[in-house]
Amino acid sequence: MTDQAYNFAYLDEATKRMIRRALLKGLAIPGYQVPFASREMPMPYGWGTGGVQVTAACLTPDDTLKVIDQGADDTTNAVSIRKFFERTAQVQTSETTAKATVIQTRHRIPEVALTEGQILVYQVPIPEPLRFLEPRESETRRMHALEEYGLMHVKLYEDIARHGAIATSYAYPVKVEGRYVMDPSPIPKFDNPKLGSNAAIQLFGAGREQRIYALPPYTDVVSLDFEDHPFDPSKADHACDLCGSEVSYLDELITDDKGSRMFVCSDTSYCTARQDEGHTGRLSPEGVAA
Amino acid sequence: MTMHDVSLDQPLFRVDGLTKRYGQRIGCADVIFDLWPGEVLGIVGESGSGKSTLLGCLAGHMQADEGKILYRGRNTLTMPEPERRVLSRTEWAFVHQNPRDGLRMGVSAGGNVGERLMAIGARNYGEIRETATDWLGRVEIAGERIDDRPRQFSGGMQQRLQIARNLVTSPRLVFMDEPTGGLDVSVQARLLDLLRGLVRDMGLSVIIVTHDLAVARLLADRLMVMKDGHVIEQGLTDQVLDDPQAAYTQLLVSSVLQV
Repeated sequence: MTDQAYNFAYLDEATKRMIRRALLKGLAIPGYQVPFASREMPMPYGWGTGGVQVTAACLTPDDTLKVIDQGADDTTNAVSIRKFFERTAQVQTSETTAKATVIQTRHRIPEVALTEGQILVYQVPIPEPLRFLEPRESETRRMHALEEYGLMHVKLYEDIARHGAIATSYAYPVKVEGRYVMDPSPIPKFDNPKLGSNAAIQLFGAGREQRIYALPPYTDVVSLDFEDHPFDPSKADHACDLCGSEVSYLDELITDDKGSRMFVCSDTSYCTARQDEGHTGRLSPEGVAA
Repeated sequence: MTMHDVSLDQPLFRVDGLTKRYGQRIGCADVIFDLWPGEVLGIVGESGSGKSTLLGCLAGHMQADEGKILYRGRNTLTMPEPERRVLSRTEWAFVHQNPRDGLRMGVSAGGNVGERLMAIGARNYGEIRETATDWLGRVEIAGERIDDRPRQFSGGMQQRLQIARNLVTSPRLVFMDEPTGGLDVSVQARLLDLLRGLVRDMGLSVIIVTHDLAVARLLADRLMVMKDGHVIEQGLTDQVLDDPQAAYTQLLVSSVLQV
């Protein structure tokens, strides 16, 4: 079978219309989880089937697509999804955040500020922030409907009681426009402040759980906390060892069996751009412009 | 006494013609009573007599088929669900027979007590913890066990924790379903002592379902005896227990073993 046997961006038009309706509803009610008829995709659940469907419903032939996985453009998940859309939609792809019009992401928000007109698509494993506190779907829906969010703070309370601080470091719950409590997908809490008042449209797709939710541009998003234990968007207390950035989110890499480690930007495109501009870090190769 | 502005010349809770059917069968039928502020009403009867059905309907866990329930003048059967839920986490409390039904077993004792506070908007960790510690003390649980899970507690402690969790927001009306069921007698006695003290100090109104007449004697001001879904006798506790009128009540009272 040739690639031409597929409709543009793999999904048929009726499916895309169904997804777009869910997206519009999600944008109209920020933070509300809209059920949608998630399709089987040619990849396993957990690999971003929700994000891929949302991206497919958003793509036009003129779009430029960027796909990131844990901030990196060159990891398995990112490469395979990028190739998938290169084959089925023949869209331009880019690794540069500013050039992309649609960005599908897993677990990160790019370091470079997004602009109006860009769409950020998140892959979401578990859309329900209350899931591990209340296993019944019927009950969590009712809790959202009635704004009963005391339980969410019980979780944060337990964190402090056990660890002395709010130990939740990713998928940190947020409240959207003072109404819905939302799971921001497993992004590090360092990225939480970028969710609010963002110029881009943010769309969240959970394939297995069949839910879509969204944040329109410039939405008010607040991370939950206590008065005496305020939200802290922490990161490793280091500079990037390759580009020297002190403000970007870092990955810690173990480099040998003797406990040596290095810290590098998790956003590879950001790091590469800085290195190209001549910035260096502790472990930059000798002879590179200083 | 109580810090609430309850007017004492009005019943807190009025129930009129309450009926619940399970298909053809009757759960409870035509129940009528008033509950006054600070009053403890006992509902006794054998298993299957409709006690728990009645309590479930009163607390809004079950939908009654007919009748009226007025709480401070508001009909709780017709009020919208959000309003009823607000009631049930502020002014009402429900103590289950089995503490596992009323507690979050995966959450520490402090978190269990703090949940209702956080549900009504408490956002200061230090204050929540202080209140929780205070309440654990009031139900005779050592403060150092605040971070233990209920699983690590004995049955009696779990039940006391459930009581603390319910009373922390100073409710006016507490529903209790066999709060001493499944505990051994000495633990029961201490729990009853504790409950009696709390009810008196906080000026609580209580509706307590029990099949144990001794519990009713100790706690309740007034008794309602149920059989086959109907209230067959009601009156002051001592009156009902010492001079039972209905044949079934006489049987019930005489069935208690004297030690």
